Amino acid sequence: MNLPPEIILEAVLNGLLTGAVYGLVALGLTLVYGVLHIINFAHGALLTAAMYAAYVARTAFGVDPYVAALPLAGLFFGIGYLVQRLVIGPASRGKDENILLVTLGLSIVIENLMLAMFRSDTRSIDVPYAMDVVEFGPALLSWPRLVGFAATIAVGVALYVLMTFSATGKAIRAVAKERTGAALVGIDVAHIYAVTFGIGTACLAIAAALLLPSFYVSPRVGNAFVLVAFTIVVLGGMGSFIGAAVGGIIIGITEALGGLILGEQLGQIGISLIFILILLLKPTGLFGSRA
Amino acid sequence: MLEVRALSKAFGGLKAVDQASLDVRQGEIVGLIGPNGAGKTTLFAAIAGFHKPDAGSVRFEGKDITGLPPHRICGAGMVRTFQITQPFAKITVRENIMVGAYFRTPDRALAMREAEAVAEMVGMGGQLDQMGADLTVAARKRLELARALATGPRLLLLDEVMAGLNPTEIVEIVGVIRSIRDAGVTILLIEHVMQAVTSLAERLYVLNQGRMIAEGTPASIAEDPQVIEAYLGHGAAKVLRA
Amino acid sequence: MNRTTVLCALGLVAAVVFPLAAPNYLVNIGMLVFFVAFLGQSWNISGGFAGQTSFGHVVFFGTGAYTSTILQVTWGWNPWVAWPAAMLMGAIVGWGIAFLSFRAGLRGSYFALITLAFAEVFRILANSVPFTRGGLGMLIKSDPRPINFQFKDPIWLYYIALALCVVSLVVAWQLTRNRFGARLVAIRENEDAARALGIDVFAEKVRVLTLSGAMCAAGGTFYAQKYLYIDPSIAFGVDKSVEMLLVTMVGGAGTIFGPLIGSIALTTINEVTRGVASVVPALKNVQPLSLVVYGVMLVLIVARLPDGLTGLFRRKPRHA
Repeated sequence: MNLPPEIILEAVLNGLLTGAVYGLVALGLTLVYGVLHIINFAHGALLTAAMYAAYVARTAFGVDPYVAALPLAGLFFGIGYLVQRLVIGPASRGKDENILLVTLGLSIVIENLMLAMFRSDTRSIDVPYAMDVVEFGPALLSWPRLVGFAATIAVGVALYVLMTFSATGKAIRAVAKERTGAALVGIDVAHIYAVTFGIGTACLAIAAALLLPSFYVSPRVGNAFVLVAFTIVVLGGMGSFIGAAVGGIIIGITEALGGLILGEQLGQIGISLIFILILLLKPTGLFGSRA
Repeated sequence: MLEVRALSKAFGGLKAVDQASLDVRQGEIVGLIGPNGAGKTTLFAAIAGFHKPDAGSVRFEGKDITGLPPHRICGAGMVRTFQITQPFAKITVRENIMVGAYFRTPDRALAMREAEAVAEMVGMGGQLDQMGADLTVAARKRLELARALATGPRLLLLDEVMAGLNPTEIVEIVGVIRSIRDAGVTILLIEHVMQAVTSLAERLYVLNQGRMIAEGTPASIAEDPQVIEAYLGHGAAKVLRA
Repeated sequence: MNRTTVLCALGLVAAVVFPLAAPNYLVNIGMLVFFVAFLGQSWNISGGFAGQTSFGHVVFFGTGAYTSTILQVTWGWNPWVAWPAAMLMGAIVGWGIAFLSFRAGLRGSYFALITLAFAEVFRILANSVPFTRGGLGMLIKSDPRPINFQFKDPIWLYYIALALCVVSLVVAWQLTRNRFGARLVAIRENEDAARALGIDVFAEKVRVLTLSGAMCAAGGTFYAQKYLYIDPSIAFGVDKSVEMLLVTMVGGAGTIFGPLIGSIALTTINEVTRGVASVVPALKNVQPLSLVVYGVMLVLIVARLPDGLTGLFRRKPRHA
């Protein structure tokens, strides 16, 4: 295919930026897996809900998504905490098959509530900077994506600091490594589980706010992202932060290049195919340890 | 009947089984004993196809079965039970045993009769309608035994079938195992309960830290200094003799 | 004759007689109940009996729908002949997905994920490939004569759906009485123990998914013949996967009547919410709300009623 290098570069760079936000979505998922050892099928629906929340913040209250990001993160931390503490935890009683179905049930409930409230039309917000671009050499980078990239890095750093230096972070790591031992030293495991889930959901909320300027919202939008998120998590390795970051970037670039070469529609197939191949060939992913 | 030669299996850097060899002749009851962590279950797993041996060979009735998958080994006539019982929880005892019986026949009525006969033999005749999940430890052990028996094996590998049983239950199950042998099934068993093993087994193998350190009749094993040291620690043999 | 047999016979008679007296609107609903029950049963076989939870079963449905439609529209095949061809394709796809996934040792959540991915791949392909007319979808020319597998009177599709449902019930019933079914249950309960007892776990899993794929594909063809239109999101969209799983789980996974009971429950909830919405104008969107109820039911059932609604009918508890 004869594409001028500037176009390719632009695609790659934009892919990288988008990939970072995908990575943020994946981060929540991989965190929850790494600590609770559950694959959260409700992740996509929660993202949808967060995007709608950001949408409402903008359309009903005039709050810019970038400004709404932090308050939304707080709100969704609370939602995530309650969901894990009151629904997922008690309903699944720790069994793997149960968790699968409970999170699926949750995703059905959330998605259809969104559908009932907002109907199936796609919506988008109008912000003055949505179409802004920044010049980067020969490439034109989308401003919202640049902001997204920067914000993701900030969140990544913040999480790293939290996990390494704070008491909560240490408790989380303890529970992730050795649940019974952690309980024995007095850590409230149910609480930590809920906190972790809350953090994962908060990451989703921030990602939602970052994605809103560039993407349509619809009740199904979460679904599309969730497959991407799962691919990233599996590619990067379940439970690995670095994996989520690297995976996100690889997927972002793959999507951009795929779209460029195969067209918008068919380009999406690259992600699903990568997903299938990783699961078949190396389910632990690039950086993961558990199979 | 069973010839295991120089079998080795390592996990990561740790050699769980190191060049172990053993023989089981038809009609015998042979015991495999050794301190905790000696590698007995790993050896069983390697023989029965649940792990692929890194080295060595397993021959059963003259055929090389090294590394074959478990269901093929079952086909050859050898079946194992599990140390931690694995009942099929949501179905009845009868249905549990039938899964084993179905190995020999596709016919439901036949499998059911077979299952009921095996249950009688093992002493579970009255529990056929109980759910797998509802059984006591002793009953689960019998179920493991019954299920494996129902496949019609010529060699039965029993992994700590007496663990968790009280003395009465042990006596009962020793009787059951004897009658299984008398019915024509050869038995190789891993056991910790010394009394039971020494009264049941005609020959013993002793495994310590992956290596086979002794072989012989229960009486000769009890005198073997290496065995005493394996269980009681270095220098114990000398101390005991003094 | 025991209680169950009598109930079944009565049920069958009622089902046969029902459309003769009922208005078309209700006949259509009845048809949907049996059709969804049939699809659910195809999921039940692999997901309920064998315990292999798939989130992408729609891949078989869509394969069936597109196979028979393409054969009909593009190659002029008679739909009755295209139907078994669709089932064959469904079986092949089932075999393929099972072979790849189980060869790689995928279980539980990973298996669920990969089935989701396969369905998505098929959807994207259907959207992009010329012989499926891409996103435009495919229209079957309306010519309601029985030879075309199209009928003027909804009663015929009702009876076909009923027949499919009955066949699927018989298949499930057989699974509770034969070796194959017993082995599937053993695999579900404990794969290692099953292996130790001589069961070729891989082969049986592939077998069951092949069967499930064929059944589900048959449903796809039926659907295409009813609505005379399919497109990638209808044929491969995640909704159908969820529906199949839901009716089975709610009704009782691994039971004979689970999918049927679940289907009846779903339809009832649907109609009730529709009725409520017609009285309370604020609740405009019916469909999503009934699914909300269903999702909640799923969570509750997983938490409290592992045997689904069927568990309410059993006299003796089937689990500890």
